[in-house]
Amino acid sequence: MRDRGWIYSGLGLFLILVTYPFWQNLRAGVTSKGPDLRRPAEAKQCVMPVSYMRTSHMDLLASWRENAVRDGVRTFQSADGQTYNVSLSGTCITQCHASKEEFCDRCHNYASVSNYCWDCHVDPRQAHGSAR
Amino acid sequence: MELTSLIAVAIPYAAIAIFLIGFSYRIVRWSLSPVPFRIPTVCGQQKSLPWIKAGYLESPWTRMGVVARMALEILLFRSLFRNTRAELRQGPKLSYLESKFLWLGALAFHWSFLVILLRHLRFFLEPVPAFVGAIEAADGFFQVSLPVLYLTDVVILVALGYLLARRIWNAQARYISLPSDYLALALLIGLAGTGVIMRYFTRVDVIAAKQFALGLATFSPVAPENLGVMFYAHLFTLSALIAYLPFSKLVHMGGVFLSPTRNLANDNRARRHVNPWNYPVKVHTYQEWEDEFREKIAAAGLPLERQ
Ligand code: HEC
Ligand code: HEC
Repeated sequence: MRDRGWIYSGLGLFLILVTYPFWQNLRAGVTSKGPDLRRPAEAKQCVMPVSYMRTSHMDLLASWRENAVRDGVRTFQSADGQTYNVSLSGTCITQCHASKEEFCDRCHNYASVSNYCWDCHVDPRQAHGSAR
Repeated sequence: MELTSLIAVAIPYAAIAIFLIGFSYRIVRWSLSPVPFRIPTVCGQQKSLPWIKAGYLESPWTRMGVVARMALEILLFRSLFRNTRAELRQGPKLSYLESKFLWLGALAFHWSFLVILLRHLRFFLEPVPAFVGAIEAADGFFQVSLPVLYLTDVVILVALGYLLARRIWNAQARYISLPSDYLALALLIGLAGTGVIMRYFTRVDVIAAKQFALGLATFSPVAPENLGVMFYAHLFTLSALIAYLPFSKLVHMGGVFLSPTRNLANDNRARRHVNPWNYPVKVHTYQEWEDEFREKIAAAGLPLERQ
């Protein structure tokens, strides 16, 4: 009986915490607009259909990596018959998506994906030494 | 919005409302029941004379001690750690053995569930707070496969599998298992299973999933686009789970804080506890009685306490 103050404070704290996303988003004026991506200017067609890339581009990169590093297969033939060089920095970033920051990173920040690939691989457009 | 999208929006909202109202109702109901006295069913020595060693954590007599005991209970499941099993050995010998697997499985499940829950904040907040990224990095520490395998995803499925197997194969546990026990496990396994399938196998457009989640969290819901069956399975299992929670044994997430054998300091002897629902009793003390019949007692030659 004398514990009601404690119980109601605890319950109040719990309710505030579980509804935190609601009022935090309302307060910050967040919308469900999604990330603002810079799409490639010249290239019209990705190596795979967009719907596949949206969900599974890491699968493709994983198989590229596997094939290149383990089996020495350094070319990739897309469904429409075109042949690409297997290279994360060379093909994906340099050849098509002009900017890693405005494409990969914006999306990954939005979904809180940390890409450890860039611990080693570089974005060739970035100044030397600061590639990450 | 077409019908399926409407359902996809209406069901989560209904589930959240049921959860918030139902959970608060349960807690408030509990808060109304009186807590008259400390229940000293502890396995530690009560604080008494200075030369008797008292169990500070097992039988705390201060508020700090109670907080420490509660923290151990809630974060590490201390009473479950003391779980034993009885077994007949070599004929009629009854032996009590330690039994830590239930504790281990429960701990593994609960902590994984908490980490997974916090990781999901990435879908509901924009920008995503840094601590969510830190949790993801720690969880995906081994950088196995792409997308990175989260340890908690493995641990939660193993732990839930064990908790279910225990109910099925352990004869005593099976005997006391009710359909509601299996329902809770089934919902949790369904929830974790659909999530794992969606992340590692069928794949889902994570950006679209976040847009849908943010739509819900900003009260301006958008229709989910091309999210696939697994996403709906995940969403509806979750809705079922949180809507069911206030009606089920799963309210122990709030109830554990109200365990009277854990959250009351064992200071029965040190402090006077007055029964809170005592009504003022009309008393007639011996003194008053003596004053009332003073002459008669004196006349009868009986001794008087006060002359
Ligand atoms: C420890 C450093 C390191 C990390 C981290 C790393 N890679 Fe690599 N990667 C390499 C090296 C070294 C090669 C071999 C380069 C070669 O032979 O041309 C390579 C080759 C590749 C290739 C094929 C060749 C090329 O130039 O692209 C792909 C694709 C690739 N990695 C993808 C990835 C992805 C995706 C990630 C993140 C999930 C990643 N890598 C993380 C070091 C790393
Ligand atoms: C449309 C948004 C989007 C864009 C653009 C994008 N990604 Fe991703 N990427 C994601 C999402 C979402 C995930 C995580 C999926 C998950 O968590 O299940 C991901 C995961 C990855 C992963 C796996 C990393 C991990 O830790 O799981 C790699 C590697 C990756 N992306 C590489 C790239 C590269 C390289 C680019 C730019 C050429 C790029 N992505 C552009 C959305 C995007």
